[in-house]
Amino acid sequence: MNDLIRIDHLSTYFDTEGGKVKAVDDVSLRVREGETVCIVGESGCGKSVTAMSILGLVEEPGGKIVNGQIHFDGKDLLQLSKNELRTIRGNDISMIFQEPMSSLNPVLKIGEQIMEPLIVHQKLSKKEARERAIQLIEQVGISRAKQIVDSYPHELSGGMLQRIMIAIAISSSPKLLIADEPTTALDVTIQAQILDMLRQFKEQSNMSIMLITHDLGVVAEMADYVIVMYAGKIVEEGEVVKLFQSPKHPYTQGLLKSKPIINQRQDELYSIPGQVPNPLELTDSCYFHDRCEHCMDICRTKQPALKEVTGQQKAACWLYEEALVHA
Amino acid sequence: MPEALLEVNHLKKYFPIQKGLLNRTVGHVKAVDGISLSIQKGETFGLVGESGSGKSTVGKTIIRLTEKTEGEVKFKGVDLYGLSPQELRKIRPSMQLIFQDPYSSLNPRVRVGDAIGEALLDHGLAPKEEIRNLVLEVLKSCGLSSYHFDRFPHEFSGGQRQRIGIARALILNPDLIIADEPVSALDVSIQAQIINLFRKLQDTRGLTYLFISHDLSVVEHLCSRIGVMYLGSMMETASRDELFKNPLHPYTKALLSAVPIPIPKLKRERIVLKGDIPNPADPPAGCKFHTRCPFAVGRCKEEVPVFRDAGGGHFVACHLA
Repeated sequence: MNDLIRIDHLSTYFDTEGGKVKAVDDVSLRVREGETVCIVGESGCGKSVTAMSILGLVEEPGGKIVNGQIHFDGKDLLQLSKNELRTIRGNDISMIFQEPMSSLNPVLKIGEQIMEPLIVHQKLSKKEARERAIQLIEQVGISRAKQIVDSYPHELSGGMLQRIMIAIAISSSPKLLIADEPTTALDVTIQAQILDMLRQFKEQSNMSIMLITHDLGVVAEMADYVIVMYAGKIVEEGEVVKLFQSPKHPYTQGLLKSKPIINQRQDELYSIPGQVPNPLELTDSCYFHDRCEHCMDICRTKQPALKEVTGQQKAACWLYEEALVHA
Repeated sequence: MPEALLEVNHLKKYFPIQKGLLNRTVGHVKAVDGISLSIQKGETFGLVGESGSGKSTVGKTIIRLTEKTEGEVKFKGVDLYGLSPQELRKIRPSMQLIFQDPYSSLNPRVRVGDAIGEALLDHGLAPKEEIRNLVLEVLKSCGLSSYHFDRFPHEFSGGQRQRIGIARALILNPDLIIADEPVSALDVSIQAQIINLFRKLQDTRGLTYLFISHDLSVVEHLCSRIGVMYLGSMMETASRDELFKNPLHPYTKALLSAVPIPIPKLKRERIVLKGDIPNPADPPAGCKFHTRCPFAVGRCKEEVPVFRDAGGGHFVACHLA
């Protein structure tokens, strides 16, 4: 499979009153054609900012991409003009967000919002666009499409609105769909519907998906390849089955152990002690060291690099470097 | 069986829908539509359901934060709705509520130690000079330290704020804690810490919980009995093991099968429900679940199923179960 998008050494920083926050710090990753890559991590780990950086949605001043390249389909997105980027956003890359209600305009009818990109990017006439909108609404599993097209967002439920967002996202047959916590605000039964639908579209059109989530259950269901982020850095990545079966980084291990699983009750849940470090107080160290059971001297003073531990699995952890040194 | 700590019988809470210039009532949202449950001392009862199922309204109506429409709530044998405002105020410290978003329940200008001690002072449960020590004690049992006393809410992380929420409830020495989605806003690693804290406090203080949540994996972990709500009605109640091993209601089965399990390439049978939860102002006739139920038959559309004991305290409201 070819790389559809390749991010090299991306760093996105934000200037805040307290100082510089390295929201994304030297992140490299790729998504291949037809592949689903999940980026998983807790709040503040930089998973959403990675996505926003791809789309050129990091707003200056305040936020700035300070380093890196993002190659999509042979072009470096960071070198493109605003207009060129806009064309790519409307055609080849689509995005859905967590809160469908806040992504849709409350005073425009659903139909108009689906039609807008069709008219702007695909140059359809108004009539064609409306017909296509109705088709799309049916495609995402909403009945009464002809009525829904003339409804306003407040008249629909959260699950339906997220379907509408998906309809807008897939309307241009994108090569890459970036979904940022697309089911987090939804009930589990609706989440199951939406995830099913995303899988279906992916199979039909060979679309690639970059799925950002905090839910390891969703990752296990959707991902081919998993990237685990912590405090702005990738701490582990690998093929999904391998990563869940034998996680290498202590953070990934802790995350997997601390999630309660249905029908596998334990008396006490494992929990990772402490909390995510303050992004303003990071020093040259493994950012996870003060929560880590295996912390060694070197972890406090030097940052480990992301390196291959076994085939198809990488981790940024001194445990494995040490093993290499002593081997 | 010993007397239940909390007993709820046929509780109803209808919210009027008002329209027009004269605010005429044109209908009701039946948020809670005749549910019954009882919780024994030291037990954790889990109330699960999707958004709009009425689970939070149950919590609020039990504690009289909103007034009931019909039904009965008995706490330690006392009918809460028969109490005068003064009597209610006296009994309130022994039943406390913890919310999902701890930040919005804290006054940003009040130091955390004062916020925790406030209720003690207000209810006259401890002399002023002892309050600081009591607060320090409760901070400690919630995993916080004495130096947190003089800090403001914005200086805390989400998990710590939830610890403050718990400390505030705990300091009144309650018998019953109603926790409404207390871990839903927290990250996985922090969520596990708070779940363990709930557990530990129950063991050391003999607390009774009504734990309201949409997350079945959390509920399974913490609760001894579980009730499943849908559109204001109780669909099924059973002990934890029974409910997870032998769910009888199709809705419970669908909920269980929809929870994502963190094991890749796992093959399991999934019941995917069609459509959304119907409008609670206009719930379907018959069994409220029939519009989404994959097994519904003609009878389900007309006849409301009775909530009955299917054996061994496993209650279910379904014609087919």
